Amino acid sequence: MQNHPVFIDNDPQSEYSTLNLGPTHPATHGVFQNVLQLDGERIVSGVSTIGYIHRAFEKIAEHRPFYQITPLTDRLNYCSSPINNMGWHMTVEKLLGIQTPKRVDYLRVIVMELARISDHIICNGVLGVDTGAFTGFLYMMEHREAIYEIYEEVCGSRLTTNIGRIGGFERNFNTIAFAKLRKFLKDFPVALKEFESLFNRNRIFVDRTKDVAAVTAEDALSYSWSGPILRATGVDYDVRAMNPYSSYEDFEFEVPVGTNGDVYNRFLVRNEEMWQSMRIIEQALAKLEKEPSDIFHADVPEFYLPPKEEVYNNMEALIYHFKIVMGEIDTPVTEVYHSVEGANGELGFYLVNDGGRAPYRLHFRRPSFINYQMYAPMSRGMLLSDAIINMSSLNVIAGELDA
Amino acid sequence: MGKISNEELLSKIDAQFPGQLTSTGEPFGLLTLETGREQIIDILTWLKNDAVLQFIYLTDITAIHYPETEKPIGVIYHLHSLVNNVRIRIKVFLTDSDTHIPTASGIWNGANWMERETYDFFGVIFDGHPDLRRILNVDDMTAFPMRREFPLEDPNRVDKKDYFFGR
Repeated sequence: MQNHPVFIDNDPQSEYSTLNLGPTHPATHGVFQNVLQLDGERIVSGVSTIGYIHRAFEKIAEHRPFYQITPLTDRLNYCSSPINNMGWHMTVEKLLGIQTPKRVDYLRVIVMELARISDHIICNGVLGVDTGAFTGFLYMMEHREAIYEIYEEVCGSRLTTNIGRIGGFERNFNTIAFAKLRKFLKDFPVALKEFESLFNRNRIFVDRTKDVAAVTAEDALSYSWSGPILRATGVDYDVRAMNPYSSYEDFEFEVPVGTNGDVYNRFLVRNEEMWQSMRIIEQALAKLEKEPSDIFHADVPEFYLPPKEEVYNNMEALIYHFKIVMGEIDTPVTEVYHSVEGANGELGFYLVNDGGRAPYRLHFRRPSFINYQMYAPMSRGMLLSDAIINMSSLNVIAGELDA
Repeated sequence: MGKISNEELLSKIDAQFPGQLTSTGEPFGLLTLETGREQIIDILTWLKNDAVLQFIYLTDITAIHYPETEKPIGVIYHLHSLVNNVRIRIKVFLTDSDTHIPTASGIWNGANWMERETYDFFGVIFDGHPDLRRILNVDDMTAFPMRREFPLEDPNRVDKKDYFFGR
């Protein structure tokens, strides 16, 4: 593989045809433009153009207090917003030295693993759609809906969740949330089993995906890949296992790895991760029973917004509310890098703080951005139809790509 | 393999590059070093290829702008040794008039877009980069928007006057 994307040959004598794949194309599931040079159906070279939905989140974040940056993180990988939210909260908690209670950690783990499942449902479902099998996608949608209903019970919203606060959650999980969670845990394995039996040994699907876009571990590491697509190449790098956050060290789970990093391996790794997520959620529910059920945030009045009733009726709460909103509490002057295992890779937050209410500099290490840059070089020599399913299997989310 | 402590790491680097790096602390356990642009590529190459350290994984390249200082633009590298599970942060500060720094895209393919993003937002010029163009902003933009002097909102717009919104 060549190191860098080769520019399209602009020679007028060239017999290659040029194709604009995107920016909006039904098969690319998002705003992705690739200018491809084709020899018949085979891709000779390609250049990716990104940035169509760039929204300057890093610039905006320099002008927002910490708790107002959470909604920005929602809009990075909007298929699994809760992971981004939690990653941001944990970054700020690390900066401020806040120790969250175990119950908060376990609740966060539940929400993050649900988000991982919902993200993988989309990715693997869409991969099925692109290979011609619509059934799996529609069938699994029902269970993504079940996950979104759990989010609704926890925080009130569905897609861009803004779930949790710095120090914990804005309110406790209600009984309906737990009931829905238990129902999901009962229903989903049945559906996932059927989903796997639809695809795993399906002749058409295997023919379309096996040995397509195979990537070696060396290439993947050189391109700084992370997440399921890196693990599909055989590298067992998972932030949850390597640098546990939010008490992941208390849980037992496997890190599934593939062998040759092709589209089929990525599919299998994501499927297995969903099983592992289920396992983690079940363990978390069991652990929650041993924790006091009324704790849902850390005791940090300087940073955790008090409930509104208390603000109106309680002197201290009013003072803290005012101080938090006006940003009058000093924060440490330092820098922190914190990363979580997002649904498609290592989601990192590099926060430089100058002691004020807003970050001096905030940089998101966005896995989609970094994973996507191999797309054009690796497409060379590939069939156009293979390049389409390769893009689906990379699980690049436009919001995270462009930030 | 066990985790390498930061002191061990620092002494190894110091032995290899005596006096070329200064440690600026280890916030939250992440060793932070500062160096000059002349030796940055040598240091990165050595860190990647050293048989013990094996910083094979480039986590991130980004930049920061401190307009008040003598060398206002800082380029920040985050490396991760997947074998030893230890991270390191290296900073290189550049003057406003000369923002050239050699590219790391010869060491890691993944550095390509990270450097393009850094160029796009801070105007850091990575010498030897194969394709140094803007990546997220429009091609004909003239400013570098993540520098501190670049305003968040267009100061000339009239639809957000104070008397409408009390701002």
